[in-house]
Amino acid sequence: MAKKTYRQAISEALFHEMRRDERVIVMGEDVAGGQGGTGQIDAYGGVLGVTKGLIGEFGPERVIDTPITESAIMGAAAGAATQGLRPVAELMFVDFLGVCFDQIYNQAAKFRYMFGGKAVTPLVIRTMIGGGLRAAAQHSQTLYSIFTHIPGLKVVVPSNAYDAKGLLIQAIRDDDPVIFCEHKLLYDTEADVPDEAYTIPFGEAEFTREGDDVTIVAFSRMVHLANQVADKLAKDGIEVEVVDPRTTSPLDEDSIIESVENTGRLVIVDEAPPRCSMAGDIAGLVAREAFGALKAPIEAVTCPHTPVPFSPALEDLYIPSAEKIEAAVRKVMEYKP
Amino acid sequence: MQLSRDDLLEAYRRMRTIRAFEDRIHEEFAAGEIPGFVHLYAGQEACAVGMCMNLDDNDVIGSTHRGHGHCIAKGCDVTGMMHEIFGKADGLCGGKGGSMHIADLDKGMLGANGIVGGNPPLAVGAALAARNLKTGGVAVSFAGDGSSNQGTTFEAMNLAVVLKLPVIFVIENNGYGEGTGVDYAVGCKDIAARAAAFGMPGTHVDGSDFFAVYEASREAVERARAGEGPSAIEMRITRFYGHFEGDPQLYRADDEVETLKRDFDCLKKFRARVTEASLLEADQLNAVDDQVARLIDDAVRTAKAAPYPGPDALERDVYVSYP
Repeated sequence: MAKKTYRQAISEALFHEMRRDERVIVMGEDVAGGQGGTGQIDAYGGVLGVTKGLIGEFGPERVIDTPITESAIMGAAAGAATQGLRPVAELMFVDFLGVCFDQIYNQAAKFRYMFGGKAVTPLVIRTMIGGGLRAAAQHSQTLYSIFTHIPGLKVVVPSNAYDAKGLLIQAIRDDDPVIFCEHKLLYDTEADVPDEAYTIPFGEAEFTREGDDVTIVAFSRMVHLANQVADKLAKDGIEVEVVDPRTTSPLDEDSIIESVENTGRLVIVDEAPPRCSMAGDIAGLVAREAFGALKAPIEAVTCPHTPVPFSPALEDLYIPSAEKIEAAVRKVMEYKP
Repeated sequence: MQLSRDDLLEAYRRMRTIRAFEDRIHEEFAAGEIPGFVHLYAGQEACAVGMCMNLDDNDVIGSTHRGHGHCIAKGCDVTGMMHEIFGKADGLCGGKGGSMHIADLDKGMLGANGIVGGNPPLAVGAALAARNLKTGGVAVSFAGDGSSNQGTTFEAMNLAVVLKLPVIFVIENNGYGEGTGVDYAVGCKDIAARAAAFGMPGTHVDGSDFFAVYEASREAVERARAGEGPSAIEMRITRFYGHFEGDPQLYRADDEVETLKRDFDCLKKFRARVTEASLLEADQLNAVDDQVARLIDDAVRTAKAAPYPGPDALERDVYVSYP
């Protein structure tokens, strides 16, 4: 199997599904780029090059460059989805959610329920999340917890190239609105990715490390840090189990509870502010469902309750680090009632 | 398309149905029979019907919080609508949508919408689907003067022009956004001109004149069907009731509504026009009035008797994949 980047994996998923089903369209800002300019079409192929080449194969009716107009993009994609297309709309940075959220959470997410089960809205919103590019407060958030809060949306947070391809194909074939969150710092990471199309079901966590001492639940890029910590601590005889839920909605609650019932200790790693977060959500879940199994208080390694800072010196402090995760694991291991 | 006598009778039936539906809901709401928020369309009937007489089930409309008229004009089942507004299990949306969210996708009715400015982007999407799937359909966004001030409307208009999509923006300017007058709230006073500034034809029409609405709509729909892109129609009209049921309407002068009902009632104007021109007989129109009255009576009676949804419905139909 060939090593491919997260970027290539996502691109392959789009090519596969657009070839397979002509109802699949891609739309967003600079998904090709160059329209109306004096130079070439497909100048960008997506701001980070993920959709490069699509317009050459599928043409401008299916690879639609839009103005910078997030409400219209999200709303048009939602409206088109109710009428038989299967749009993959791009919300370039998740931070731009603020100018278009109504079309997502009051419209697309609610059609099926409000209309008594009659609407089908097969919409995928691809969006970039996460810090680390020194992109400051309005281009660095994760915000997946906000989508997770909304009934009617499914939320996908792939941590590696293999998952990204399988989960994106699943998302495009899914009949519900799906928010597909791509971490910016993962685009160049590699994994073994089959050439053929495959799907990964939503709501099935992946155990990226197995162990009996501590459970770490981590999302997206944080899974890599959790794995590093698990590998390091294994040398000290601490067996860490790492659970990557892969989707926050639906959430594989059973796998998380099963792991904590085995280890009795839980560290949650969430690249987000701590309030009303996935960290809080999972801590609540385990406190309700696996309280008796806990040997130590639950630890959460999160960002502080601040906007994302610009200065590298501050952003490095802001994002959860392997050191902080290791410290949290040691803390729950050393806890004495 | 020239309107036949049958078409005219059908147009009258739809307008009369909307009026009778809304008048009856006004009474039932006042009697405490209807839960929630209700916004009535009475007075604006010619706008919805004049446009929708140009459409078929293949065409899609988006609507507003004041959506009953658009639903009826587009062919939604009136009894199912009434049951929905009463919150009953056999309502058009199973009692889960209510007045502000009535939809029937099989009829091309993409939903009333509780968010002012909510539907224009959705209608653009429906037009995009029509284009890509080559259905021959068009999309119509019904919105109001209030919606015309929302950014979503501007974005939708611009994107429709950029992609040259078969969508028509109908702005029903009924003089008030909630309790604030258009003269105050619409900066340039001329909504059609504002739409035109996005690069599409923008016209005005007297929204109480069914025939004027029908003609303006016909031109816009033909243009869209021919692949010539979007257009906008500002329909100047009034509403006979408040913003919401229970609105004391202190923002309107004491005689405003009475004067409008006397001089600006689309049903009265339609009746006078078709009878004076000997297109339809008064008896024919009266017979429609009677049929409609019975339909509404029956709808209210059965709505009151129908069961509410059971607890099993609460968590159903949030997602397609977990029914």
